[in-house]
Amino acid sequence: MKNLTNLTIKDALAALKKKEFTATELTEAHIKATEAARHLNCYITETFDIARKQAKESDARYAKGAAGLIDGIPIAMKDLYCTEGVQTTAGSKILKGFKPPYESTVSGNMFRDGAVMLGKSNLDEFAMGSSNTTSAYGNVINPWQRKGDNKPLVPGGSSGGSAAAVAARIALGATGTDTGGSIRQPAAFCGITGIKPTYGRCSRFGIVAFASSLDQAGPFARSVEDCALLLQSMAGFDPKDSTSVNRAVPDYTKSIGQSVKGLKVGVPKEYRVDGTNPEILQLWEKGVQMLKDAGAEIIDVSLPHTQYALQTYYVIAPAECSSNLARYDGVRFGLRVEGENLIDMYEKTRAEGFGKEVKRRILIGTYVLSAGYYDAYYNKARRVRKLIWQDFIEAYKKCDVLLTPTAPTAAFAIGEKMQDPVTMYLNDIFTVPASMAGMPGISLPAGLSADGLPLGLQLLGKPFDEETVFKAAHALEKAVNFTALPQLLLSKAA
Amino acid sequence: MSIDKNTVRKVARLARIRTTDAETEVLAGEMNNILKMIEQLNAVKTDGVEPMTSVIEMQMPEREDKVTDGGIPEKILANAPEHTAGFFVVPKVVE
Repeated sequence: MKNLTNLTIKDALAALKKKEFTATELTEAHIKATEAARHLNCYITETFDIARKQAKESDARYAKGAAGLIDGIPIAMKDLYCTEGVQTTAGSKILKGFKPPYESTVSGNMFRDGAVMLGKSNLDEFAMGSSNTTSAYGNVINPWQRKGDNKPLVPGGSSGGSAAAVAARIALGATGTDTGGSIRQPAAFCGITGIKPTYGRCSRFGIVAFASSLDQAGPFARSVEDCALLLQSMAGFDPKDSTSVNRAVPDYTKSIGQSVKGLKVGVPKEYRVDGTNPEILQLWEKGVQMLKDAGAEIIDVSLPHTQYALQTYYVIAPAECSSNLARYDGVRFGLRVEGENLIDMYEKTRAEGFGKEVKRRILIGTYVLSAGYYDAYYNKARRVRKLIWQDFIEAYKKCDVLLTPTAPTAAFAIGEKMQDPVTMYLNDIFTVPASMAGMPGISLPAGLSADGLPLGLQLLGKPFDEETVFKAAHALEKAVNFTALPQLLLSKAA
Repeated sequence: MSIDKNTVRKVARLARIRTTDAETEVLAGEMNNILKMIEQLNAVKTDGVEPMTSVIEMQMPEREDKVTDGGIPEKILANAPEHTAGFFVVPKVVE
């Protein structure tokens, strides 16, 4: 039989339809692969019983000829999505044992379409981090390693478990969430593809909130077309989320294979920042050339406020997180540490339940929202945010998509960059601006560094124009023809 | 603006997070570094720019003001650390 764990979703669906193998066989192959890759720590909770039950139901649907859009496809679900009756931790000790009494809209959409859930994947605590090292459930290890060096590398973050699972071929696809780059940066670090759609495209209902004006759900997969399929299932209007937009979801797979002839690709000069790995700049130029060769028109554009996006983010995201995380008080769910009185209980519960990075962001957020600083910090940041958004709107008058690197470096080793939070924050320098502006963005693998690690390029699009993003990304994917595999898989095959 | 240990203590109190003396010291340093980065925003001219609330320009949807959910106290209480007779239990607040 075929190697069932190295298929694309598209090929797996075609084979399931032709009854080359069953959803149960596909799921069992992934469970076996997951068990063999437990040292990567991709999952906080494995849900094999649920997966087997869902696979059986999927087989019954195939037998009746009534299969859904992604029927029988084994996926990893980021442990930020509430799943009814299944522990949902958000990577935090404060939610250990929490079993949501309801289902998030996006996970519900995917189950409606036949998805099989292998487990709840690991993440930075409350999605706050760029390396998956702030999880209360341990670090996730990237299946890639540097040539001649077996130091464990980070998978990126915050959706590190999801990205590592897809790269390690223990899931065909995965869900993530992206607040400042948490889908795109781990996709780049793990050599896979991930898209953050336009803010409002997917419902946030039932996804544990971090920064509500930025959080957006999106998929990971090993091809652009697979991402299109998964997003098709995830997206759509939801009356339970007042920021979800009531707009029909187009057939994203129709974008795949369309010509990019005449497509205007913008190259923003402000993304040539100091400290970017020269290999990444070269890769970027190569990407520009590839789209040009495919018939696209390259246009130099300017996003003058790019250099202020990170600062704006580190006011707005902590401000919103300090409000959102006020609900973890030891009363209605999660951890409680007893105290002498109510306030004592609150303070001890939150001191014990939250990790360092989360506390740091809550405190920064509380500070910038406190009397006397609200205008100087929070309102100032919201004004700059408007200017960042305007930059994109202006640029999109001249071009259809923007091409940039995804991250300034390749994956780094666990322990590197961890002394100072500000150094860590620089990881998100290329992903944060589009988050601030709510624009869709995809990252796809575009080459390897000299030491053998995957590097990603990012394509950003106009609001609700994921179709053009998919079209351009597919053209680039075809030109790049990325076939490298993580060392983890190569050593197993050897 | 520089954050000292007292400010950290005050903010931690507002955020209801107990911090030890040693933590307060470390946090003051880290928060100062983050603020130093944030203060680069002062270089941006924002006169006449409205603070942004949402990236999507849309009218907030309204629905009829009626109860659409409820009658599920067991579900609501299922994850509570302590509950009794259909209520969440907290330490005594009123003497």
